[in-house]
Amino acid sequence: MTKYAPAIRSTCPYCGVGCGVIAARNEEGDIEVKGDRDHPANFGRLCSKGSALAETLGPDDRLLAPLVHGKKASWSTALDLVAKKFTEAIDEYGPESVAFYVSGQCLTEDYYVANKLMKGLIGSANIDTNSRLCMASSVAGHRRAFGTDTVPGTYDDLELADLVILVGSNLAWCHPVLFQRLAAAREKRGTKVVLIDPRETASVEIADMHLALAPGSDVALFSGLLSHLAAVGRIDLNYVEQYTSGFDAALAAAIPTADAAKLTGIDAQTLSRFYELFTSNPRVVTVYSQGVNQSSAGTDKVNAIINCHLATGRIGHPGMGPFSITGQPNAMGGREVGGLANMLAAHMDLDNGGHRDIVAKFWGVPRVVKRPGLKAVDLFQAAGDGRIKALWIMATNPVDSLPEADGVRAALKACPFVVVSDVIRHTDTTACAHVLLPSAAWGEKDGTVTNSERVISRQRAFMPAPGMARPDWWQIVQVARRMGYSEAFPFESPAEIFAEHAALSAASNDGTRDFDIGAHAAIDAQAYDELAPFQWPQPEGRSPGISRFFANGGFFTPDRRGRFIPTSWRAPASATSAEFPLVLNTGRIRDQWHTMTRTARSARLMGHSPEPFGEIHPFDAAAAGVRDGDLTTISSASGTVIVRAMVTGRQQRGSVFVPMHWTDRYSSKGRIDALVAANTDPVSGQPELKFSAVSIAPFQAAWQGFAVSVARPALGGLDYWALATAKAGYRLDLAGLKEPDDWTSFACGLLAIGEDGELLSYRDAHAGQYRFAVFDGEQLAAALFVARTPIAVSRSWVTEQLGQFISDPAARLRLLAGRACAGAGSKDRGAIVCACFEVGVNDIVAAVKAGGCTTVDAVGAAVRAGTNCGSCRAEISRIIDDSGSAAPGLVRPLAS
Amino acid sequence: MKQRLVVIGNGMAPGRALERLFETAPGAYDVTIFNAEPHVNYDRIMLSPVLAGEKAFEQIVIHGDGWYVKHGVTLYKSAKITHIDRAAKTVTAATGVSAPYDKLIIATGSNPIVLPVPGHNLAGVLTYRDLGDVQAMLLAAKSRGSAVVIGGGLLGLEAAAGLAEQGMDVTVLHLMPSLMERQLDAAAGALLKGAVEARGIKVITSANTMAILGDRKASAVALADGTSIPASLVVMAVGIRPSASLALQAGLSVNRGIVVDEKMRTSDPSIFALGECAEVFGQTYGLVAPLYEMANVVAAQLAGGVGAFQAAATATKLKVTGINLYSAGDFAEGKDREEIVLSDVSRGSYRRLVLKDNKVIGIVIYGDTADGPWFFDLLRQGRDISPIRDTLIFGEAACVEEASAATPAIEPLSSSKTAQPAMITGRGTRFAAAT
Repeated sequence: MTKYAPAIRSTCPYCGVGCGVIAARNEEGDIEVKGDRDHPANFGRLCSKGSALAETLGPDDRLLAPLVHGKKASWSTALDLVAKKFTEAIDEYGPESVAFYVSGQCLTEDYYVANKLMKGLIGSANIDTNSRLCMASSVAGHRRAFGTDTVPGTYDDLELADLVILVGSNLAWCHPVLFQRLAAAREKRGTKVVLIDPRETASVEIADMHLALAPGSDVALFSGLLSHLAAVGRIDLNYVEQYTSGFDAALAAAIPTADAAKLTGIDAQTLSRFYELFTSNPRVVTVYSQGVNQSSAGTDKVNAIINCHLATGRIGHPGMGPFSITGQPNAMGGREVGGLANMLAAHMDLDNGGHRDIVAKFWGVPRVVKRPGLKAVDLFQAAGDGRIKALWIMATNPVDSLPEADGVRAALKACPFVVVSDVIRHTDTTACAHVLLPSAAWGEKDGTVTNSERVISRQRAFMPAPGMARPDWWQIVQVARRMGYSEAFPFESPAEIFAEHAALSAASNDGTRDFDIGAHAAIDAQAYDELAPFQWPQPEGRSPGISRFFANGGFFTPDRRGRFIPTSWRAPASATSAEFPLVLNTGRIRDQWHTMTRTARSARLMGHSPEPFGEIHPFDAAAAGVRDGDLTTISSASGTVIVRAMVTGRQQRGSVFVPMHWTDRYSSKGRIDALVAANTDPVSGQPELKFSAVSIAPFQAAWQGFAVSVARPALGGLDYWALATAKAGYRLDLAGLKEPDDWTSFACGLLAIGEDGELLSYRDAHAGQYRFAVFDGEQLAAALFVARTPIAVSRSWVTEQLGQFISDPAARLRLLAGRACAGAGSKDRGAIVCACFEVGVNDIVAAVKAGGCTTVDAVGAAVRAGTNCGSCRAEISRIIDDSGSAAPGLVRPLAS
Repeated sequence: MKQRLVVIGNGMAPGRALERLFETAPGAYDVTIFNAEPHVNYDRIMLSPVLAGEKAFEQIVIHGDGWYVKHGVTLYKSAKITHIDRAAKTVTAATGVSAPYDKLIIATGSNPIVLPVPGHNLAGVLTYRDLGDVQAMLLAAKSRGSAVVIGGGLLGLEAAAGLAEQGMDVTVLHLMPSLMERQLDAAAGALLKGAVEARGIKVITSANTMAILGDRKASAVALADGTSIPASLVVMAVGIRPSASLALQAGLSVNRGIVVDEKMRTSDPSIFALGECAEVFGQTYGLVAPLYEMANVVAAQLAGGVGAFQAAATATKLKVTGINLYSAGDFAEGKDREEIVLSDVSRGSYRRLVLKDNKVIGIVIYGDTADGPWFFDLLRQGRDISPIRDTLIFGEAACVEEASAATPAIEPLSSSKTAQPAMITGRGTRFAAAT
């Protein structure tokens, strides 16, 4: 076996760009993960998250054995129980009383067997995936327009276009490698880039124009564009005539440009500049992501965009087309196997009798289910109201990621039998499980994933799974066999599953369906092992190559015509009110992934934003009495979070942005989806995660603190806390509504200071400042800084000191200064901006001021920042601007 | 004819005054000194190192006999003045010698307080004031017996350390629950106690001395709680009292000390007083810096110049090798007082700053005292420390402006804000790497 050979090619487990990586052990025996120069997605590049992959592989908090009601059990005991409970529920309440909730983190093979078990054997379509939260509107929009869920273009198109429009996509942070490819192309050929986002995000770095549209008004923008194209006579009548249907109805429903300006809040002049840009640039790619999808009008937004591309025939040609960028590493793979409650398999439809027959015949079952299953939001509501008796959740954390997340937690508590397969022992969801199954993690399991440009790549194991952990596909196959479906689940390896998946895609296809990878239907173990990344479709007999769809029609609708969909603007489902006057927008930040179960293990990644925060416009902050850096509560009708206020003019007035990532594992009250109303798109069922009505108010902290500790701090009883991994332990922001009676005993309790810990203390009672440090001999074991105001301490410097050996008594004392002492010759990098090379804001400011660096590249040459993944280039650019124009220490927000 | 200047006392303060006078007005006066001690002028501050055997007497002499000859000074040693006749303008010593003056300086210093407990006048009961005391202690130490030092202040601890160094079995008795309770809080007092004990010295706090036991010669000290501690030598180091009886007898205005104005003039314009016996603006002083300041004023007055005493803050160090304690300023309790305390008990570090109106008024440093003078400068300059309050106690290195260009070591209040560096708000940049 070459399985654990020195260098293994695999695919990054984060976003939908799907970058190739190479994992190898270095001379010290540690695993290093680098970009794969031969992979067509990234050509060797990795972002900050990908670069830190090796730091996330540790054994901490891994689920190592099956747990039944919290007690360790054998695999056979646990699997028997799962099979029994599912079978009993089906026997007693019917097949629709059970459900699977799977994940875009699952590999295609995992997905395939889960889908087959539910839709083919159990006879229910109650399998849905967390892709419902990110991609469902794109899937629905694609299917309405194209007849299938087809991404027509390729990543190359972003490099070949003259105009790239980023809609609801912070590409710089969410798909950094693709952003870098676009930025490089723009350098070379002067690509125009338009950013369409209510917020001024980091992606503005390369934007020629930023349209800060009103939240949720994208349909109006693109519907208005269709009107404009018609008005200026730039409709490709030939294409429309020959290959499409429904144009007239769509145009009739289109919003006049004047109305578009009103609805989007963009002034007419700017809007017409954008429309003109689109009109005059045939090579245009419209990249869209969650800002479009996560909406109660998400499907309409997708179709409003596609309408414009169909109307101009700008689709399927190099440098042209609508381009949905997926959020997860295998959202696409999941869609391909049919892992959504309203899909069947291999891009076939539940409601298509012919498709059902093909699949039933192929699977050797009398029939496959006809009725669509419960989509994510409905599924958990059904779990809560007793309709679902047995639920199996795999590789996802719905207690944090679904809207009305507190309700999801209650639903899981109410559900009679909840199985969770995960790699992590403690998540907010595993806390609700009756049975926990230990899954093999990235780097330990084999399978395939599909990225946003239809490239299927292998994920390969390069290290053994710890303890009793096993791959998800194996768990599903074992349960299926125990439920009596041995014949349909003969699989002993992912290669066998992939071969069946490939064969199904080709079954009675003959070009009638987009998804066909029949070339791999006979793949054997060795070929699977060696499988190089390839783009689908690849029917039997065709060699791998780049393909685009629909340049000359060939849609997968019954009449093979692309469909225009009339889209009229409607308001988001929630409305602001006097009580909840602000719009809550949620999303990703640069260095975190989903619910942080993996990325939070990397101190480097946590160093960028260790605390949950809310971006608030200065006017809104002032109106609520919230100051920059204060802790603030954000509340909706369904919940409250406490986050750090980041008051910035880059936020739109009336809107608040909060990262989606924080869970009860890392913050006392940061689960933002608890605030989001469970409003969904009527077509796609995707929840509106980017528009909830909220209010903000100052969190009345009597004191605030910052702590570092080698051991995990005792968090009980704290009114506010946010915990992050540090290189040598943990870092913690904390606050309280009331001062403790005795700070020393508080510190001892929080930091678990034992009898022999050497305690250093600082007390300025009048100023309300208390500081403590604990040494274990000469090694710093913990420190706590407390003040009445947001604590003024150099967090990154203190965090770096943790675990250090400090022998000089004066240096020990100076630790409680909470910052590097210039006179004592130590250095303070400041908060980390470049996670790859751990370059701090102070290093960059120094390069600008002392080093005379006036460009991002010059800063990179001087201090390396931004020269690896480039995710921080936008931030470096801002620092340069700010450092140049402001006096030292008066660096001000660019936009305020 | 030259004016006649008579000086009563030959301590450090009059010594300094004469030095200054000879520099600014050489030959202006015929000078006569009466010294109750049989010595030339020596550095009283350095008595503890002499007791500890670290220095010899010769090493602490300030003015050797030649100095007096060179400046034409008549020095009477072991000549204690017993009478001042202000009308006749003469002084008379116990030896019978008398001298006329045009100007008189009274520099009689202070007397150590002797607790009026039974047995206080037994042989073997000493105070710690002058070289004679040190010589007596050194003699007693030859017995290698037990010693009790009453008083756990700076002087008492120095005496105890010296005696322990000389091989005696030493116990320090301190009336209050904690050593140096005015300067140190309980934790730091315990720190000091530990350091003292580490030198083999027993320390008993809350120790109320009731009597000194013994038949002619001290043999033990009895405490209020009934215990008694054997001691062949008892040293009282419980404070000093200005020595003003001579002035009082001469009819000069005397309060706690001899009352002088800012020009160090007593109620008799021909008579100056300086040193520990003088009381200026209601204050008496015991540390060398203000006493030298008095000396400068007196010298200037005598030279016909100008000058006025300004109450300067004072700093002192505990002179026990291996125990570094620096103390300066005012530690009185008060509602308007604030304090910043920094401690690292396990490494024997302690710092306490007393603040009033955002100014440093009191300093205690235990451990590394290198920052002491910097704090002391802040105290003397009355500098507003509010901009550096957060890092003040960490000393100069933590409060100097960063030299490099990366001055605004700005980490925002929440690091999360640097998620978007444009959020960086430069709060506090002037001193050190403020956030």
